[in-house]
Amino acid sequence: MTALLETRGVWQRFGGLVANSDVSISVGRGEIVGLIGPNGAGKSTLFNLIAGVLPPTQGSIWFDGEDVTKLPAAERCQRGVGRTFQVVKSFETMTVIDNVIVGALVRNTVMREARRKAHEVLEFTGLAARADVLASDLVPAEKRRLEVARALATEPKLLLLDEVLTGLTPTEAQTGVALVRKVRETGITVLMVEHVMEIVMPLVDRAIVLDLGKVLVEGKPADVVRDPKVISAYLGDRHAVGA
Amino acid sequence: MDKNFAARRRRDLIIAAVLAVIAALTPLFVKDVVVQNILILTLMYAGLSQSWNILSGYCGQISLGHALYFGLGAYTTELLFTKFGVLPWFGMLAGGVVSALIAMGLGYPFFRLRGHYFVIATIVIAEIGLLLFHNWEWAGAAMGITIPIRGDSWLKFQFARSKLPYFYFALLLACVAWFVTWWLEDSKWGYWWRAVKDNPDAAESLGVDVFNSKMGAAAVSAFLVAVGGSFYAQFVSYIDPESVMGFQFSLLMALPAVLGGIGTLWGPVLGAAILIPLTELTRFKFGGSGSGVDLIVYGTLIVLISLALPRGLMSLFSRPKKTGATR
Repeated sequence: MTALLETRGVWQRFGGLVANSDVSISVGRGEIVGLIGPNGAGKSTLFNLIAGVLPPTQGSIWFDGEDVTKLPAAERCQRGVGRTFQVVKSFETMTVIDNVIVGALVRNTVMREARRKAHEVLEFTGLAARADVLASDLVPAEKRRLEVARALATEPKLLLLDEVLTGLTPTEAQTGVALVRKVRETGITVLMVEHVMEIVMPLVDRAIVLDLGKVLVEGKPADVVRDPKVISAYLGDRHAVGA
Repeated sequence: MDKNFAARRRRDLIIAAVLAVIAALTPLFVKDVVVQNILILTLMYAGLSQSWNILSGYCGQISLGHALYFGLGAYTTELLFTKFGVLPWFGMLAGGVVSALIAMGLGYPFFRLRGHYFVIATIVIAEIGLLLFHNWEWAGAAMGITIPIRGDSWLKFQFARSKLPYFYFALLLACVAWFVTWWLEDSKWGYWWRAVKDNPDAAESLGVDVFNSKMGAAAVSAFLVAVGGSFYAQFVSYIDPESVMGFQFSLLMALPAVLGGIGTLWGPVLGAAILIPLTELTRFKFGGSGSGVDLIVYGTLIVLISLALPRGLMSLFSRPKKTGATR
């Protein structure tokens, strides 16, 4: 069985800055994989490459057995890549349900069905009570949830979550974690970028640590957090010595 | 599920039907030609502004160059009529198709521009169109085209004795533009357009074909505006570049929608119903002397509205939804 997502030797340069160098990762079907690393490690760049926001300078991206390197974001979405944005990008002048309908239209051409699908997703994500509220009136935690809802409405095979749990109160974060688990139970593969280690580690099956644009370590969360290289990347060499 | 939504759509449709019937009956009571003239223009601008609203209000691509499509509709119809004897009804369709194609041709390079740059491009292109027609001998250049009057006829869509046929056509145009908007509002295109307006990056990530959404909106919008231009040419029976492609038309299409509520179903109708009679009446009362009092009056109105109700008059009607956090 091939992996659902694979990046093969992906490079991304912005002028002189190398944001990703020779990144090869793979995500298997049904997995929850955490992509972690300190600020500036190249996580968001890799995310954008996978989502198709920009093409990699070099290397290729494979999704569901196909080379999607050259496909634009909209077509990757049609093939089953759903994503959220680190800085939320709601459709502010539209209601919550209308935001989700936009996503649902990818697989439902009949409006009535798109609307039904959108309602289902709002139930699933716990936003049903807010369906008719303008997206601009949501509180930050709800906006994050709306990002997830919108992406789920596209019925993705792979869901890319970009720091959906960051900046939430502990209670909100716990609800978020529960939602991610629920998403996985429906058979959707999840790749999540996250900053907060203690939240993400119990959640994921596998963690990939990026540092300075390269894959530093990958493996089981418990092993990764004890890895001296990871500790040094996050906290500096001094702390790694005793580990 | 969603009874409210369906009920609101149905209510809009019923209100529109009632308004259309009331409008259709007004000529029974209004015999004054000057007032009829104002009614015709009001209905025409309601239709034009509604069409402008599709591209600029729903899809968020603000155009201040729609005079180009208005003029193209007028010129296509009259050139076909005077040079080749093609009936205005076919000319009207041809004008719509020509405008839609040109709108897409222009969209191809310009939809890559965002925000203000796009607006500037639309103004510049419309001015270029105006200059071209000023210098195009075959199309009458600055002298324009006089439409030969051959007696009242539905076939040739010209009426010297009564304004009523024009009135009913203007009403039809307004109704069609409204209905097209109403219908598209709850379609894939309607949702795509609003998503593109609010956040093109997010739209793209949700499978929206951003570029083609804009192209589609431009084509529909330009087609309907061109039909309005054809109508106007028949109505005034004389066209020259300034009188059908001048910048003021671009403004008069944008202002009712902005005043009434940009990107709303009823905004253009409401805006036109207030703005056009006001413009025409002030021009009637104060104009002619070249004092520009008419412009001052509605300039003031625009300033007041944008200060008090930046989202347009329709925001008065949207139920205030008190939100805040639920948890």
